[in-house]
Order: sequence, then C-alpha cells, then structure tokens
Amino acid sequence: MTIQFNDETFHGDFTFKNSEWAIKRFPFPFHEDSYMYSVNMEPHTSYRPGSVFERTFDVDEHYVSEMKDRARVLANDPLRCQSLPHMTLAGWDLVELIMEAKAREYPDLFELHKDGNRWRWVNKPLGIDDTFTFLDESTLPYGPMEYITRQTQGDFAVLDQRDDNLWMDAGMVTTQADWSLDFDIGMNFFEWHAPVPKAHEMGIFVRALKFLLNIQQGQPARRLNWTMTVNPLLDTSPENYHKWGTMKQGLTMENIGEKQHLRVELQTFFRLPRSNALVFPIRCYLIRFEDLVTVPKWARRLHRVIRDLPEELATYKGFIDNRPLMVEYLSQFDDGSPTSDGIWPDDD
Amino acid sequence: MSKTEFPPSITSRPVYGELEARSGSGHLMIADAEGAEALLELAKSADKDFWAKAHIIYIPKKTGTKYSSQLEELGAGQYYAGPSYEAAQSRIRRALQDCHMGTQVYLSGTESLMGQAMAEATAAGIPHTAIQTEHRGSTARRMQCVHCKGITEDVTTDPFECSHCGLSLFVRDHYSRRLAAFQGVRVDAEDPGNIPEKVELFK
Repeated sequence: MTIQFNDETFHGDFTFKNSEWAIKRFPFPFHEDSYMYSVNMEPHTSYRPGSVFERTFDVDEHYVSEMKDRARVLANDPLRCQSLPHMTLAGWDLVELIMEAKAREYPDLFELHKDGNRWRWVNKPLGIDDTFTFLDESTLPYGPMEYITRQTQGDFAVLDQRDDNLWMDAGMVTTQADWSLDFDIGMNFFEWHAPVPKAHEMGIFVRALKFLLNIQQGQPARRLNWTMTVNPLLDTSPENYHKWGTMKQGLTMENIGEKQHLRVELQTFFRLPRSNALVFPIRCYLIRFEDLVTVPKWARRLHRVIRDLPEELATYKGFIDNRPLMVEYLSQFDDGSPTSDGIWPDDD
Repeated sequence: MSKTEFPPSITSRPVYGELEARSGSGHLMIADAEGAEALLELAKSADKDFWAKAHIIYIPKKTGTKYSSQLEELGAGQYYAGPSYEAAQSRIRRALQDCHMGTQVYLSGTESLMGQAMAEATAAGIPHTAIQTEHRGSTARRMQCVHCKGITEDVTTDPFECSHCGLSLFVRDHYSRRLAAFQGVRVDAEDPGNIPEKVELFK
C-alpha cells in the first residue's frame, strides 16, 4: 500500500503524531495575517498533487486509527449517528459517491465491483470485503450512511433541501468542534448556526445558504474552518465536555508546543443525485504547535492571527483563557518579517 | 399578566404571535397557566357557534382555579383540565389524531407547553399554517442536559442543577424544536467546583 497507516490514539494516552509528510501537507487555513468570517467557498476540484485538496475524499496516515476512534465513540454513545426516516435514500447516494470516488482515486486501497445492483466493496486498510444489494438495507450490517461513514474520515451532515432551506436530518458526528447532532438534528440552516456570534449580523449565513442551495451535481465546493484543541482529541463533543474541558488547564510554556493543536476542518459540499440532498463532510486535521512552527511562514502568521483575533471569536472558539500563552509561545517564531500571500509554505 | 415581550434573540428560538379566531372545521386549544388569558381574549371576537366545535385542553399549573371556571363557561364542545402536561399527553395525541382537514390548533402559555404540543401537532401532520401560538405567563425554560440528555422543566436560574444527573448547567441560548428544549451545558467543565452564583433570568 502507498500509505503507511499509523497505529495511534486520539484519547487517553494520545499517541497521535503527524509524520513529516503529514506536516508538509497540512491544510493551513490562513491566507493572510488576520482572520474574520467570510463565505470562503471555492470549487472542490483536484488541486496541488499530494495536498489534501487532490482527492475527493482525502485518505491519510491517520485513516485506520481514526476509524477505530469512531467505533469507540459510537459504542459509548450510539446517538452520534442518526438518520431521520426520509433520509435513507440520501444514505445510499452517499455510499455510491464515496465508494466510486475512493475506488477510482485509490485503486490500491479500495475496489468496487458492480454487477447490476449487486455490489462488492473491498476496503483493504480496514480488512473489509462485503457484497450487498444497492438500495437494499437488509444486505448491509448498518444503515447505508452509517456503513460508509464508519469507513470514511471526517464527520458527515446530510442535509435535506426543502422550503428554500437546508435541514440537518441525518449525520455521523464523532470528531466535532463542540456541537451536538442529537440536539441539532431536524434543525434548519439558521437554527443550527444560532450559537455562532457575529456571523448572523454580518449576513454570512444568508449568503452561505444561497450558495449551498445552488450547488449542482458534479460541482462540489469546499472551504476551510478552524479552531483550537488541547491534546489531539477528535471527540470534542458537548456530550463529553465535562470530561475534556479540564484539559484546557495546565498549559505552560514548556508543554504548550506539544499539547496545543490547531484544528482545521476541510468542509466539502456535494449534491446527491437521487435524493437531491446535500452532503456536508467535515474533515478534521490536527497539528501540534511545535510541528506547525517548523514551517516559518505558518509560525509567523499564526502568531499574528491569534494575537489580533477579536475577543468574541476567541471566546466562541474556546481558547480565550489560553490565548496569552499561545501568543507568547508563538511570538518566539515571529521575527516580524513579511509573509507571502496564500496558505502554502514558501519554497525553501 | 400581560403578553411577553422577548428580547431580540437567537435564530433557533421560535417566534410567537397572538391568537385569533379563525374559521375551521374544528378548534383544538391547548393551554397552560396564564395561557388561559389568550383564550379568553380570543373569546371576545369569536362568534357563538365557534365554541361548539372547540376542544379545550387546559393545564392550570400554579394558577389553580383562577381561570378554569371562566374557560369552562366558554361552552366548548369538549373541556378538559389536567394536572400536568405529561398527564394530558395521551389525550393531546388522541385529539390531534382525530383532527379533520381544516382543524385549527391554538397553543398558548409557556414555551414548554407550546414547544411540546407543537412537536406533537407537527408529528401528527397538522400543517404549520393551521397552528397559532401565543406566549403568556412564565418565561421559565425547559432544558435538556447535553451530557445525560435528561429534561428539566421550569428552569428559572442560570446556572441550574440538572434534575437527573445533578451537574450544574449553564443555559445555552440554543433551542431544539424537536425536543422543545434549550440546551444545558456543565458550567464548571473547565474548572470543576467553580460554579458562579445563580441568577434568576427567567420568571
């Protein structure tokens, strides 16, 4: 296989680690030295070979361990995966979208063999070889959305489109930045974004919804979003907040480089053909500060962004208390020299 | 008590209006406590044959008998007063099942009652255009603990204790229509034991 999969954990002893390869291809989210909300959508087309933007569904060295972590979270709380009854067809659309893309783009890892509606799916990294009947739920061990998202990195929100709005009517959510599918299921686009400060007043959600309602089949879109997480914990859920909240305490200049992670979401949006639903994968990438600062441009820029971020945003993103320490740590790597435009590292 | 003016709020919170008598094949009215006032107000403009087709389901809560005799005297075809929403729930479900095309649904009183009855009505297939709401009385909230999922009724303070798991929760301004509840999140999650003074935010 072309990718060496890590054996690592995202909880407990936190053995997660990025290789040199993973650091170099990290989706750094800041294209300039400051940050404010925007509807930063672009077409999800293949871009920059080797980057996370090359494939429809990026598979990286964390794949196998992330899927183990998802199974662990689901065993503890099955409500992290839910699908309202009218969303089953969208689940099948998603099965098709993911299987076809992965088999096409990673032929050494995944195979899809079709004989009419009789499909054989081979997932080599996870050791799966299943034959099933497309659109017949009784032939899979889980519902279609749950089946395929137990094998695909990132959270998934499956959105029904009606009344000129999007409705969060199904999802697989185990690597979320502090939101609850169980609470939000059934909500429309404005309702589930209600707790986000500032962006409503800025008209962000009205414009974003307008864009999303018009996404066409075969023309997916993407954007990056970000927050901060102490320890490489994928499951920063509100359900478990009373268990992980304390991890934010105890950061020092000595341990912040290792413990503090920039958390980036690669969000993509696809129209599904049969259901006309929209699927919204939210893929989480983590990088510890001490790895991030090995890229001089990123270190300088992150320092400036965090230092100058409006207080409301730092509060909403949950790192207001640790911001002074982050800024102190990052300032060591900012000599004040200018940074180039765009998110990519400068060529050495 | 007069009608409640809510401060500008979040986009997930429902907006309530004022009840008006509409023409319909039947009238299902579900109210609690001061919600009775909205029905009595509506009675001023309803014509006489309106009430024959009406079914009132009323939960007086702390108002006791303050409104019940006035409601009963409206002469609704069916009148029921019950001790709690939970006790009335099976009757509410049955009444919604029995609705014919063109039945109008009127909800008034607390957010908790309207939210739960709205969810039942929607599940029963009543179109939202046939459902009216009017808030009266207490602004206490119905809260779901995001950790244990238990519901605590009539929350008036922030923070408050979850009536199921006992954690101290702050009231997040996020509302789910499906659960008819706001979200409660542990207030001292990052610093256990550091619980701020309770403030009475809702009455």
